[in-house]
Amino acid sequence: MQPKTLYDKIWESHIVVPETDAPAIIFIDLHLIHEVTSPQAFDELRERKLPVRRPDLTLGTADHSIPTTTRVLVASDDQLAYDQVKKLDTNCAEFGVELFGIESDKQGIVHVIGPEVGATQPGKTIVCGDSHTSTHGAFGALAFGIGTTEVGHVLASQCLLQRKAKNFEIRIEGKLREGITSKDVILFVISQIGTAGGTGSVLEFTGSAVRDMNMDARMTLCNMSIEAGARAGLVAPDETTFEYLKGRPKAPQGAEWDKAVARWRNLKSDADAVFDRQIVIDAATIEPMISFGTNPGMSMPIGAKVPLSDNEEMRRALQYMDLKPGEPLLDHPIDVVFIGSCTNSRMTDLRAAASILKGRHVAPNVRTVIVPGSYQIKQMAEAEGLDKIFKDAGAEWREAGCSMCIAMNADKLEPGQYSISTSNRNFEGRQGPGGRTMLASPLTAAASAVTGRVTDLRRMLKS
Amino acid sequence: MTKLDLIKSRVVCFTAENVNTDQIIPARFLKRIDKAGFGEQLFIDLKPVEVFGLPDARQRQIMLCGPNFGSGSSREHAVWALRDFGFRVLISSSFADIFKENSLKNGVLTITLDTAPHAQLIAAWTKAPQSEMTVDLERQTIDYEGLKVPFTVNSFSRTCLLEGLDELGYIIRHEKQIAAFEASR
Repeated sequence: MQPKTLYDKIWESHIVVPETDAPAIIFIDLHLIHEVTSPQAFDELRERKLPVRRPDLTLGTADHSIPTTTRVLVASDDQLAYDQVKKLDTNCAEFGVELFGIESDKQGIVHVIGPEVGATQPGKTIVCGDSHTSTHGAFGALAFGIGTTEVGHVLASQCLLQRKAKNFEIRIEGKLREGITSKDVILFVISQIGTAGGTGSVLEFTGSAVRDMNMDARMTLCNMSIEAGARAGLVAPDETTFEYLKGRPKAPQGAEWDKAVARWRNLKSDADAVFDRQIVIDAATIEPMISFGTNPGMSMPIGAKVPLSDNEEMRRALQYMDLKPGEPLLDHPIDVVFIGSCTNSRMTDLRAAASILKGRHVAPNVRTVIVPGSYQIKQMAEAEGLDKIFKDAGAEWREAGCSMCIAMNADKLEPGQYSISTSNRNFEGRQGPGGRTMLASPLTAAASAVTGRVTDLRRMLKS
Repeated sequence: MTKLDLIKSRVVCFTAENVNTDQIIPARFLKRIDKAGFGEQLFIDLKPVEVFGLPDARQRQIMLCGPNFGSGSSREHAVWALRDFGFRVLISSSFADIFKENSLKNGVLTITLDTAPHAQLIAAWTKAPQSEMTVDLERQTIDYEGLKVPFTVNSFSRTCLLEGLDELGYIIRHEKQIAAFEASR
């Protein structure tokens, strides 16, 4: 039998109608929806008088346009956002879809709650009208973002038209050095292969450094696969994955659990599987990474100097960021620190930030906003006393949501402000018109909050 | 879906690299729950002179774009904005995956060319920015300033655009197979 990659295996087990001139029709095991990309899709169903085919495989939450200062939505604060979230409520009620709405104790960022409730499982196909759906690939699920028309297709048919992607292995061997997180790893990968390096491909992250990562770290890694242009990111499931999922409400229980784990153990690329492309990275060479430009590929080790602007795109990026080639980023003043988003808002991330902020205070000129990924994470963090560490350090401690990652709620940068952000996109205006984003890990963000300047976190590990 | 077969129009030439969907339409405009009118917010923060410097930009239905156009988020609003602004054909040397799918589903043709013919078209535009280009999907050719550039679009996408085929209808016609698949697991 021909050796197969993990992606090949998941793909083949979901084919309803094989690919010909027409794309394949593949079956979707889990469809996550949120307020921004679903309303027009539900309208389409209404127009065609179609039901949601599998409400039991559909799950909704509100995250993008909600406030994170409160869990109560007030129409007068933002009428459009209010209407959008209410629309999700009424659509889910009308079509019988389970919803973790703003007041639910399971509410949170869509890519945080799927795994948290155990709905995200190895071998599943998972889609959502959001490009960071790649996050769920950390469990060995084939997970990718779709547009609103496709959201309608999945609601109506539980299927999607898809063409098979290429296989791209990213092998990371060895041990990460102290203070280096999976955020640094993925920024390093994107800086190497570029923001279109993964176009048309599914990335599979392999190697001992990936095996050593916990699930939170693997989610960060897969989350930003889309920033490399990839269709999806994957990590083969292992004991770490099973340990994470065991006992979660939507995970299989009892005898079903044992059967599921037995099945999941087969979900890995065959030893002699052929990838269309492979790169190998020595984990020990990765430094804390930071972005200097206006896409995630424009990232560098934190101690490096801003590179020469050798093309129009780079010239424009540096102009927008008001940085000069040859300038170091270390000690560059910052205005805002944002710790949160579907990339870095889980317990591992909050604990990392707290390890730096404990007993320290953020710089007086820096606004530090810490936003947990879900209501459950908020509760857990508070049970551990992390909220107290953050508040004592002078940071804002929020309710769960996308917050300043996307600036479609009240949290945004002012024009010209610099932020260090644990989110995933440093695009022009992403965190607010004119705002300048530098992407980094929660450790780097917290260390920089303390000094008010871009800071190498390793300084603080030793003090 | 609206049909698309032959488009004859002047061209916008905006070839910056890695233009992302946040630049095409910033997230703060994504709160509306309908699809109409997003053209007003197209490139609203970026304000590329290559687009807004042309008095007849909204009449130009074809845009020459740079590599990795449409990268970033999956927001279909980006295509709704381009379409509402007036674009029906986008030509580049590469597009981001999700953006390309979203375009097809809204009757917007994305043409991916090798870098050489892509560069030829840009060079031709620079000499004659007021000339009309003809994009013939049936014959899969671009006619522009004496250049005849062939392109390929896979036959399914081509049929979808030429006939205005409804993809959801196509999927639902396979109800028997879908039900059998569900029953098998």
